[in-house]
Amino acid sequence: MARMKFLCDAERCIECNGCVTACKNENEVPWGINRRRVVTLNDGKPGERSISVACMHCSDAPCIAVCPVDCIYDTEDGVVLHSKDLCIGCGYCFFACPFGAPQYPQAGAFATRGKMDKCTFCGGGPEADGSAAEFEKYGRNRLAEGKLPICAEMCATKALLAGDGNEVSNIYRERTTYRGFGSGAWGWGTAYQMKSKS
Amino acid sequence: MRCLLKHFGIVLLAVFVLSMAADVAVAQQQGMVPGQSAGAVNDSELWRSIRNGAEGLIQSEGDNWRALRNGPVSTWGGYLMGLMVFACIAFFLARGRVRVEHGMSGRMVSRFSMTERVVHWYVAVLFVLLALTGLTLLFGKYVFIPVFGKAAFAVLADLSKQSHNLLGPLFILGVIAMFIVYVKENMPRAIDMDWITKGGILFRGDVPSWKYNVAEKIWFWLAIIAGVALSFTGVFMDFPFISSGTEQLQLFSIIHAIGAVIVIAAAIGHIYIGTIGVEGAFDGMVTGEVDENWAKEHHSLWAEEEATPAASEGGAVEPAE
Repeated sequence: MARMKFLCDAERCIECNGCVTACKNENEVPWGINRRRVVTLNDGKPGERSISVACMHCSDAPCIAVCPVDCIYDTEDGVVLHSKDLCIGCGYCFFACPFGAPQYPQAGAFATRGKMDKCTFCGGGPEADGSAAEFEKYGRNRLAEGKLPICAEMCATKALLAGDGNEVSNIYRERTTYRGFGSGAWGWGTAYQMKSKS
Repeated sequence: MRCLLKHFGIVLLAVFVLSMAADVAVAQQQGMVPGQSAGAVNDSELWRSIRNGAEGLIQSEGDNWRALRNGPVSTWGGYLMGLMVFACIAFFLARGRVRVEHGMSGRMVSRFSMTERVVHWYVAVLFVLLALTGLTLLFGKYVFIPVFGKAAFAVLADLSKQSHNLLGPLFILGVIAMFIVYVKENMPRAIDMDWITKGGILFRGDVPSWKYNVAEKIWFWLAIIAGVALSFTGVFMDFPFISSGTEQLQLFSIIHAIGAVIVIAAAIGHIYIGTIGVEGAFDGMVTGEVDENWAKEHHSLWAEEEATPAASEGGAVEPAE
């Protein structure tokens, strides 16, 4: 069985935010919510890097462990999904998540947290695959259609990779091998930065 | 003229190439990757700092929060409350109900004013509701889901969360009112030491106490301290936008849970003593009056104090609270 994973190659991400836009469009993500975001580090300085972040679909996902109504689960493909019928919008998954993935629309008279929304790896939810109810709550179920997440599929520089973990890591390994040096050459700066003679 | 320009161009080109070469040479001398490629910057340091929480990209504090909440807080909190229930049952079996030894005299002494009773029951009702809804969120997953399934429990949990969030702020008013109304009689006094050394709980009667004995005072201060801690941390969780961030909310959530299980455990003891444990105690908080013999046996010093002005003319002395 495949184990789905995301990988963002920071050497390639150009901060175009195409993944964010594609995700919002494909999944009809509610107003005020982005399931994916692009973070730029050292913006405008040498060594600037951008990475695209969403739910990483963790093994032993912290959100699953802390959800008080047990509405989050992982599929056989290692995709972490949740049920909006059960979710009570308590926000505990946000406390636990290392990546800030869970998002909450405002709901109710006092703008309280609504039901949690997050990246589904384009895998829908507990409803029947491809049903209207599933689409309305979680967005498109591309996995059921035999497709990979839209964010990675349309990434212009192929910085964002999504799919079976082994495939993803094979692609990345090949890239770093061809690059030879650069950030892929781990420890280069630490080893050679301070030495005056080569 | 054209010749001059041509020479000038060559010189310019030469200067340019030389300066490039110099740059590369400097770069190589400093150990950088030639050609100003991306590798000139040590990315591993950057990613290491990101892993350690720089830029707020990855927060590992959530792991601690999860480990504490699902671990010791749930486990020991559960044991503590269970132990308290067990202790109450054990005490009841060993000692039975603490009755008024000399029987009811039929003469009543005023113990709790209307204000005191209203504040007590206001806090009591809210406390029980908040405790039940809070415990549902902490333990319901393990207790209720196996019994009546996820869908029904989600309804209960939603109701619990909503009411917990709405009733919380009302509880804060109760804590403030309780402090104002009860603090005077709950200040420590020298006589309290007697009550402790003579073992007040076990050998009542010979042990003098004012309106509240040491155990009652400890319960009062515990309730106030826990009440303040729960209120303070609760407000931040109720209105997360006033908090400084997730890390603060995680910390407050843990403090909230620890404070809650401690005060709930103590409340179990208080409820036992106030209802089954001590005869006459519950009526006192309902009607505001206790039997004279009850007063003498449980709070002898206070009973004497009450009896004196009641015997003489009532108008001169301010009625006891």
